[in-house]
Amino acid sequence: MMRSRDILGFATRAATAYPMRTGLMMLAMAIGVAAVVLLTALGDGARRYVVREFSALGSSLIIVLPGRTETGGVGAGSFVTNTPRDLTVDDAAALLRAGSVTRVAPLVLGNSEIAYAGKLREVMVIGTTPAFADIRNYTVAQGRFLPEEDWRRGSAVAVIGATLHKELFGAEPALGNMIRVGDRRYRVIGILAASGSGLGMNADELVIVPVAAAQALFNASSLFRIFAEARSRDAVPGAKTQILDILKTRHDGEEDVTLITQDAVLGTFDRILGALTLAVAGIAAISLAVAGILVMNVMLVAITQRTSEIGLLKALGATGSIIRLVFLTEAALLSIAGALAGLLLGHLGAWGLRLMFPVLPAYPPDWAVFAGLGTAIVTGVLFGVMPARHAATLDAVDALSKR
Amino acid sequence: MAQIELDNIQRIFQLGDSEVHALQDVQLRIDAGEYVSVMGPSGSGKSTLLNLLGLLDRPNDGHYRLEGRDVTTLSGDEQARVRRERIGFVFQSFHLVPRLSAEENIALPLLLAGISPHDRKARVAQALNDFGLAKRGDHRPDQLSGGQRQRVAIARATIMQPAMLLADEPTGNLDRATGEEVTQLLEALNGRGVTLIVVTHDPHMGERAHRQIRMEDGRIESDSQRPAP
Ligand SMILES: Nc1ncnc2c1ncn2[C@@H]1O[C@H](COP(=O)(O)OP(=O)(O)OP(=O)(O)O)[C@@H](O)[C@H]1O
Ligand SMILES: [Mg+2]
Repeated sequence: MMRSRDILGFATRAATAYPMRTGLMMLAMAIGVAAVVLLTALGDGARRYVVREFSALGSSLIIVLPGRTETGGVGAGSFVTNTPRDLTVDDAAALLRAGSVTRVAPLVLGNSEIAYAGKLREVMVIGTTPAFADIRNYTVAQGRFLPEEDWRRGSAVAVIGATLHKELFGAEPALGNMIRVGDRRYRVIGILAASGSGLGMNADELVIVPVAAAQALFNASSLFRIFAEARSRDAVPGAKTQILDILKTRHDGEEDVTLITQDAVLGTFDRILGALTLAVAGIAAISLAVAGILVMNVMLVAITQRTSEIGLLKALGATGSIIRLVFLTEAALLSIAGALAGLLLGHLGAWGLRLMFPVLPAYPPDWAVFAGLGTAIVTGVLFGVMPARHAATLDAVDALSKR
Repeated sequence: MAQIELDNIQRIFQLGDSEVHALQDVQLRIDAGEYVSVMGPSGSGKSTLLNLLGLLDRPNDGHYRLEGRDVTTLSGDEQARVRRERIGFVFQSFHLVPRLSAEENIALPLLLAGISPHDRKARVAQALNDFGLAKRGDHRPDQLSGGQRQRVAIARATIMQPAMLLADEPTGNLDRATGEEVTQLLEALNGRGVTLIVVTHDPHMGERAHRQIRMEDGRIESDSQRPAP
């Protein structure tokens, strides 16, 4: 029986003897694998980018909402709560006692109308405390943020977003001027720096007033949310337990609040972008199937070209299985070579991406590299089986008479 | 017991609706070491007979015993083994693998038989010497003359030391002088005991064989023995 090293040697000689055909086939494989590598690098790079940005945003944030929900993550369900007991400003103040919590900001939210010098528009009003600016990383462009004061006092002052400022005041100075929100008047004491969109609410179009002022405005005694910040990211689980304990005690032993952490939000994004990367990899893998079909055709052409050689091998005593193995090995070799070339190409592409967009960590994930290589080699071999079997069943006399 | 025993061999090709009787009732005995030429008009079944003897083809009916064993009933793999070990082929068009050197072409049967690279090297070197190809070992077929190519093919056919050599018009693609050279080479091999069966259109070459078979319409028309010189 023929030695496997000799089969490999014979197949290698055959593969290298026809550079045009071999090159074409390798190119098809290479493009497929390179596409997988490059596209997953892009997808995973985007995922890592988002995760990193989120972490920078404050992964030690804990959001408390009234009512108990079953799901832990962020979904539509998280916001539909069956309110048994409201959160109050006193609840928020009590959270400051938790050892792992450094900052607390109560939040009241509502829509109202804002007016200045005859200009009128719909606006989202937030009632909160000074810590909110630190928790959300707001920077004040002019003036200052809300003053430190008794949370129940609620002075008639307001901080407005950058867009709102432009729309209401234009080039006029805004600081110190009185605006009307709903049926109350507030003095503008600060203007936020333009930030672009934040998650959920656009800070550029907000009016921020002291929490008690907002409660008076909306005639409400409850809170929409409480924002709390743990000492560090690692302190988040501890802080959650402490917050739950405190609120449970305050709510007659009932655990009627839901805590959302940034990690949960992050996890959702992580999952979405991960799935996206997978989908992109799948699409790229389709090009590998196309490459497989090309492999099959090229091998069939090769067999037609080398029919008399197959006849000769049979005359020299090669069994059908040897001939099958020789051609299968050839197809596998070409696929492997093509896949490796594609790997190189893909990595080069990813490197180019990183050069062009330094913020994007465009590294292909390991699983994608293995899956790409694996799919290439498996399709190459699978699509090589049919031509190889065809070669093995050729009639020796007929094959020998082919020129 | 003769080396080759053919009994009532029939070979029928189906061509659309019509049948071609390429071999009809062929009855033949050939002893080990014989030198046989097969002649006859085109289409008389010479190549078909040779392919059958070489186990490249199966008869529709009849029996073929090679060295006492009925080989018509062997499986494809078993027939391949017999070809590998007992039969050498020489073709009119040489059938060398164009991308392989003379050396590698000669080594092919050894490769297929799983002989170790070390043994291969020694045997191929010996063959190159024997066939006057010592300086041509690394030449590809397109760098060789017609005569050299056929010598490479003969070296390949004999490298496994087969019991018989089957040659289908081995000099058909060669000029007279080179053909003569190749014929002498084959005869020398026969002189060392290998059964030699040559299909030829060349009457001179045919007459040199000790035994001459004439075919016509798939039948053996005459089978004459020349008295040993
Ligand atoms: N595969 C085939 N299919 C159909 N008919 C065939 C086949 N092979 C051979 N034949 C027919 O069988 C007959 C014998 O053919 P064969 O090749 O043995 O002749 P030959 O004596 O070798 O002729 P030549 O001297 O031209 O080589 C011819 O009529 C040929 O047409
Ligand atoms: Mg013929």
